[in-house]
Amino acid sequence: MEKFIKHTGTGVPLRRSNVDTDQIIPAVYLKRVTRSGFEDGLFAAWRNDPDFVLNQEAFKKGTVLVAGADFGTGSSREHAVWALQNYGFKAVISSRFADIFRGNSLKGGLLTIIVSQEEVEALWSAIESKPETAITVDLETRTVSYDSTVLNFVIDDYTRWRLMEGLDDIGLTLKQTESIDSFEKTRADYKPKTLPILK
Amino acid sequence: MSKTLAEKIWDEHIVRRADGEPDLLYIDLHLIHEVTSPQAFDGLRLTNRAVRRPDLTIATEDHNVPTLNIDKPIADPVSKLQVDTLRANCKEFGVRIHSLGDAEQGIVHVVGPQLGLTQPGMTIVCGDSHTSTHGAFGALAFGIGTSEVEHVLATQTLPLIRPKTMAINVEGTLKPGVTSKDIILAIIAKIGTGGGQGYVLEYRGSAIRALSMEARMTVCNMSIEAGARAGLIAPDEKTFEYIKGKPHAPKDFDAAVAYWSTLFSDADAKFDVEINLDANELEPFVTWGTNPGQGLPLNASVPNPAEITDAEERGAAERALTYMGLTAGTPLKKIAIDTVFLGSCTNGRIEDLRSAAEILKGKKISSSLRMLVVPGSARVRLQAESEGLDKVFLDAGAEWRSAGCSMCLGMNPDQLAVGERSASTSNRNFEGRQGKGGRTHLVSPLVAAATALRGTLSSPADL
Ligand code: SF4
Repeated sequence: MEKFIKHTGTGVPLRRSNVDTDQIIPAVYLKRVTRSGFEDGLFAAWRNDPDFVLNQEAFKKGTVLVAGADFGTGSSREHAVWALQNYGFKAVISSRFADIFRGNSLKGGLLTIIVSQEEVEALWSAIESKPETAITVDLETRTVSYDSTVLNFVIDDYTRWRLMEGLDDIGLTLKQTESIDSFEKTRADYKPKTLPILK
Repeated sequence: MSKTLAEKIWDEHIVRRADGEPDLLYIDLHLIHEVTSPQAFDGLRLTNRAVRRPDLTIATEDHNVPTLNIDKPIADPVSKLQVDTLRANCKEFGVRIHSLGDAEQGIVHVVGPQLGLTQPGMTIVCGDSHTSTHGAFGALAFGIGTSEVEHVLATQTLPLIRPKTMAINVEGTLKPGVTSKDIILAIIAKIGTGGGQGYVLEYRGSAIRALSMEARMTVCNMSIEAGARAGLIAPDEKTFEYIKGKPHAPKDFDAAVAYWSTLFSDADAKFDVEINLDANELEPFVTWGTNPGQGLPLNASVPNPAEITDAEERGAAERALTYMGLTAGTPLKKIAIDTVFLGSCTNGRIEDLRSAAEILKGKKISSSLRMLVVPGSARVRLQAESEGLDKVFLDAGAEWRSAGCSMCLGMNPDQLAVGERSASTSNRNFEGRQGKGGRTHLVSPLVAAATALRGTLSSPADL
């Protein structure tokens, strides 16, 4: 995984709440068996609308998505994270994220940042009045800054460390193989196995 | 120390705990399907890793399969590739799979319980958010993303932050015609689609204990629609009875029951939040909007956004009415439906089919709509046919399909057309969920059947 320490880019104001994963990427786009190419499905239903924010010249190149509350509700599809990343987004800012989406994003290196709804509103106004506003997301200092505003955000130390080091979760867990081995020895044998039952 | 049920199960699965790190949790059962697994298997190949416990892993084909002509090759080449990829991956990594045409194929959350693989006290994961269904057995079950699928395949564990716990007490007796689907829709309308975020829900109370296992699965299934990753119900005699005799029921059943009987929240255990719901007051519920929290009793009318004080909610309601093509003030029962869908992991089990068939028996569905009946698994389909339910549906004018997710999501060939309106027993009414431009009203199987007969949203009492 690529390390994430600091990113500066322009913002995209998505003035909608409850953007569910079916809106981020509809199911028909989930048929690929690779991890790339999902950008064509990103917000597919809305992209037909010429007024949709991503269709406006000023916001096309944005890399920081600023969304309404409850972003990413719905299904567990990680394709939603890939679609955002494939499109070019590095971070999403909202006042509330759905649990599974947030977990997926932080595993995949898309930084999801929680700030208050007032801070989201202020950020929306700033980018709408001046789309070229540079937004810097700094994981080291746990801040988002633009113009003269600096916002602090909270992220647990462990996730932050993993993102900053670009560490793969599986590799980390495999270092614990001994603990897994010994745990397995204590498991009750009435717990089911999926091996076919011979009649 | 007293603990809630979720805390007990959590603590019994901790492989490693260290300060400032997520707990490493052991996973007892991993269910996989074609949509969220290909990239995970690819990851294993790239890093030269094996599946640690193929014997705790099982696959089925559900999201992307047709429900007609299942003996023919899948027509859509992209869908076919995805299903073929799952088959090839299972073969390569030694994972048991139930493919299209197999008697055990079906929606992953119907298959686990019917095989007896879903048991109390287990940790169960699947790359699908409705994994919470298995919580009905007193298991800690939740949906995961594809990176986590890969993590479980490689290590049979997951690093996770301990969730908070919420008790949802549902006391009282349901009126006739009111089902567990109405309970969960009412809960979601009450706490909102974000209300359960960060929590494991435990459904308790006399109304929950009175539910059958399948009805309990419907409740737990939709925990995610309330924002919670998992929802569970303490196991009891009904749970044990349901598992008994299933193919994977424990051989030493008594030892298992002895353990299962310890699985309940201690009387003095503290939940972070408690919510109460009166079952006596509940009516059949239906959604009018584009998220599952936008629901009302069937006797109500389409709400007027202007009367909603919260600006955010008002905006969402306005957008929903535009998308749904509804006018404020219209009685919900006046809304005409084009398609009735009976199926999905929420309501595609044998009891659901039986209850709908009872209403349709000897009657004809309205000529103004079509009705799709899609059993949740091939096993459910066979059972229904042995009871003659297929004939009831066909005689009534409905379509009788093969097992799969079908019209629950717009991915396989079963989809709504633009502007088409459904009464659906599934779990999500998001914009475009059942096909681009499709309009979804979530309902119980009883309301689905009554609606099919009358052509407009109806409860059995209207017949
Ligand atoms: S039936 Fe619907 S909700 Fe259930 S697993 Fe299939 S697509 Fe998901």
